[in-house]
Order: sequence, then structure tokens, then C-alpha cells
Amino acid sequence: MSETVAPLLSLSHISLSFKGVKAVTDIGFDVAEGEICALIGPNGAGKSSLLNVINGVYQPQQGEIRFAGRARRAMQPHEAAVAGIARTFQNIALFKGMSVLDNILTGRNLASRSSWLEQAFRVGRAVADEEAQRAVAEEVIAFLRLQAWRHTPVGQLPYGLQKRVELGRALAARPRLLLLDEPMAGMNREEKREMSQFIREVNQVFGTTIVLIEHDIGVVMELSDHVVVLDYGRKIGDGEPAAVRALPEVIAAYLGQQRH
Amino acid sequence: MFYQESGQFSTRYRQDGRALRLWQQRAALWALLALAFGLLPFIGNDYWFSAILIPFLVLSLAGLGLNLLTGYAGQLSLGSAAFMAVGAFASYKLQFLLPGLPLLLSFVAGGVVAAAVGVVFGLPSLRIKGFYLLVSTLAAQFFVEWLLTKFAWFSNGNESGVITAPPLLVAGHDFGSPAGRYLLTLSVVLPLFVLAANLVRSSLGRNWMAVRDMDTAAAVIGIPILRTKLLAFAISSFILGVAGSLWAFTYLGTVEPHGFDLSRSFQVLFIIILGGMGSILGNFLGAAFIVLLPIVLSILSGSLLSGVLPAGQLENLQKIIFGVLIILFLIKEPDGLARLWQGWRARARLWPLRF
Repeated sequence: MSETVAPLLSLSHISLSFKGVKAVTDIGFDVAEGEICALIGPNGAGKSSLLNVINGVYQPQQGEIRFAGRARRAMQPHEAAVAGIARTFQNIALFKGMSVLDNILTGRNLASRSSWLEQAFRVGRAVADEEAQRAVAEEVIAFLRLQAWRHTPVGQLPYGLQKRVELGRALAARPRLLLLDEPMAGMNREEKREMSQFIREVNQVFGTTIVLIEHDIGVVMELSDHVVVLDYGRKIGDGEPAAVRALPEVIAAYLGQQRH
Repeated sequence: MFYQESGQFSTRYRQDGRALRLWQQRAALWALLALAFGLLPFIGNDYWFSAILIPFLVLSLAGLGLNLLTGYAGQLSLGSAAFMAVGAFASYKLQFLLPGLPLLLSFVAGGVVAAAVGVVFGLPSLRIKGFYLLVSTLAAQFFVEWLLTKFAWFSNGNESGVITAPPLLVAGHDFGSPAGRYLLTLSVVLPLFVLAANLVRSSLGRNWMAVRDMDTAAAVIGIPILRTKLLAFAISSFILGVAGSLWAFTYLGTVEPHGFDLSRSFQVLFIIILGGMGSILGNFLGAAFIVLLPIVLSILSGSLLSGVLPAGQLENLQKIIFGVLIILFLIKEPDGLARLWQGWRARARLWPLRF
């Protein structure tokens, strides 16, 4: 991480609790522009809660989120989307009744410039707008190699492909920051390899900054530039993968059981 | 064999985004339009127009209105008849408040008033969902019925709230005959269907379906939930309002507030459940089913059982058979007639070589 460039995302002293139950306590870390940052930790460590804080699904009781130079106490989901934050969910949150193409097109909704009246009458900006969004959606479809399922309702797709479509919907918004909540959960080794490849390509080709949650420590070590370790809602490690892996607290909490 | 896309490739996004992508579909549409405009007005008799075609068209339009709200945007409503009533009474009242207001404009104005009322009763949808929303739309149903009955101002002083259609003049032509009322209804209903079909495959339509399928994810990708839901209520109520005006003016001619009671709302709901939620075609299919089945049943029972049972019981028997048929149909095809049609289409693509 360079010291001269301000980080893209900076969390400081974030605390979040649900009716007295503390999910996240006084957490702060920086994510530099263009890096892949992995959030790891045992179940219930507060990783998903933290992602939900970053894109405004949860509002923290304390702390500050600074994204792209703007500090906020809390985000609203819509605000986060407008600012350029996109995400996927741990349990797939696709629009089940819609086709792959339509799901990916919904990711373009903020880029749509035509009013609903123009859309109803197919006049003015509506036609050109629809084609422009379609062109972006097709780029995403080609990038993720989803061409064969373009018009298939997503509910009919196997799990691994649904995960890929959800990534596509997030990518369609052309985000600056992409939050991935367990993008490889429940996948076999082949699917994981494929998904890692897509994530790395997104990062390298589009320069998208990525924060991801992942349990497969091998994938994390291979993929990420920066690892943040959480345990019981607190940060217990933050740094380069190799350095984090060597920290005794991390070994105790996450990787091993041996305590001498 | 008759229905396939072999050789019909889309080479432009615009082609791929068409509502009717195959020439067979477009040819069928033109044939139906030619039949509806060119042939039916000349060969139909008054019974066809007044008892079958006009109610079929108006109920299709009402189904479309509710389908946009419930089938596409996922907001349950039992207030359809209330919004129809608002449209009808607003069109009627505006004819008197603004003498010389063209008939078609008064339909549009009635729809706009209904849309405004729809937005007000749509506000609870921001906080409550599903069956609870359904119950809150009942408030619209009872409130509007009470309002229109209680205050004679809405019906220009008629004590029981009855309104009578003005002469159906459009650009100097009288559409008062049964065939004329049919043509007028058709010319109002079809353009609204075209606009709705355009909407559901554009950005707003996708936003509706996104809110329907998972509103949290919709908010996270930047869809404005409030605006999207309220637009669904507004556009749905507009269409229902126009359907209400047609119901009063071109179908019945004379209507009272109780003509738009809860059972009318249920009728519209049945149309979209039977026809298919989230389908444009389904509204026609559902309305045809609702209009035609009772007629078929009464003809059948009239010819088969007229001597055997007293007339009152015969009518009850028809209702029982109607209900049982609906239940049986929904067990067999819970996704409605539109899905049945899709399945048939998928089979027709491969016929006769299925393998």
C-alpha cells in the first residue's frame, strides 16, 4: 500500500450492535484503490455485517465510512450504489423470475437516462438508451461467458452459474468498489478456480477494487493483496497475506487450535 | 412446424428486444387486428358486442392494470374496483365541470385522477408487504364506495349515486351503437396494451420485477424503491381508471358505486390469477375465461337441465360449477393460462419431430 495516495475506502471506529448484541466493535481499516482485500474470520465474526455497513444495508451506531474522499456516518443502500459500490450476497439474491439478461440489465438501472413516459411510448432517449444498456450488459455476458443462458430464467440455472450471474449484475453497474460475500461458497474446486479467475480478471482488466469474504484460506492467500482478520467482532489482523498468516492471534483464532 | 424460429436470427439488439420476435407472431397479430377492426364490426350482432366483446375488452384492460401492480411489481391489491370507480366518476364529473371536454380526453383525465388516488393508497406499501398490504388496499375499496354513495356531488346530485353515460361522440361521430361502442372500446384498450407491453420490457418494468423478486437486492443495486412502487400504483390505477370509465360509458351506460364493489375487485384479481401473473397476454386469456365461462355454463345448463331444476337453483349450480372449474384449473396450472399457452408454443416448435 502506498502512503501517498488516499485509500479508496477507509473505515474508522465502526461499531454495530443489534439490540445490545455487538456484531462489530471498533473496527477500522483501509482499502487502497485497485487492491483485492479479503475479510476472513470464523463464523459469526462480523464479516457480513461489516459488508452490510459498507454498502448501507446496516447503519452503524458509531464510526465513520470514508469512500472516494467523502466521509459519511452511515450510507443508505441507494447512496452507496450511486457512489459506485456494488455487491453480491452470501445467499444468492438474484431476481428469480427474470432472465439472465434482464438480471444483468437491472444492474444498469442507475445509468438509464430515459423517463418512464419515453419508455412507454418508445420515443426520445428510450430506444437509444435501451440499446446502450444492452451493449454494456452484453459485454458483461461475454466476459463471464454466459452467452448460452442469456434468455434463461435464473431460477432454472445451477448454483454455480447463479453465482456468476450475480457477479455479472454487480459488474454491469461498472462499480469502483465491488463487495463479494462468499463468492465461492458451496462450489467445487473447478468452479472455485473459475470464479477466482473471474475475480482476478475483474480486478486487473477493469481496475475494480474488491473486498471479499472467503473461507477457503488457500484461495484467499492466492487471490488477495491484503487480508483483514476478524474474530468476535474485533479486528485481530490486518496486512499482507503472508504476514497475517504468521500472526499468533490469527493462528489461534482462525487457523489452528494449538495454544502453548 | 408451424411455429418456429429457424432462420430468424436477431442481428441487432433492437430486433432481439422486440415484443414479438418471430414473423409468425407478428402475422398472427396483424390477422387478429384485421379481424377485430375489419371483420367483427360487420358480422357481429348486438348480443356479441354488448354481452361478450365489450366486457371482455374492458375486463382485459382492468386485468392489465392490476397485473402491472401485482404481477410485475409484486404489490398485492384488492382495491382495483375502487380505482375503476374513481376513473368512471371522475370522467363523468369532468364532462360536466368542463363542458365540451372531448370524450377521449375525459377518459385520460379520469385515469389521471385515479392515478393520484392510487398513489395515496399506495403509500402504505412502503412500510407493509404482502397480505397486510392487501388488507390496507381494502380501505381504498370501502372508502371510495362509501364516498361516492354518500356525496351526491360526484354523481351530479343523484341520490343513489347513479351516473349515466353522455353521448359517445368522438370528433363528431356517434359511437352509440353496439358496434360503435365496441370499436371505441377496442381503440382505447389496444393502445394502452401497447404502452404497457413497452413499459414492462424497459428499465421501469425491470425495476418493478426486481422489487417484486427481492426488494433488498433491488435497493442495493440502486433501484429507488419508493419511486418504483409509487409509479406502479400510479400507472396501474391510471389503467384501472380508464377501464372504469369504459365500464360505465361504453359497456353499461348507467352505473352506480356498488357496481364497483369488492366482488368486482375479486373478479379482476381472478382474471390475473387465471390468466397469468406477470404476463401481458394473460390478461386477455383470463378475461376471456371469466366472461365466456359463465355464458357457456348458462347455455349448457339451460339446454340440459331447464326442465329438471327450478331457475334459481340452476343459477346457484352454475356458480358452484364455475368455482369448481377455477379450483381444478389452478391445481392443474397454477401459473395460469399464459403458461399453458407457453407450453403449447414450446411443443408446437418441435412438432411433429419431437426428438
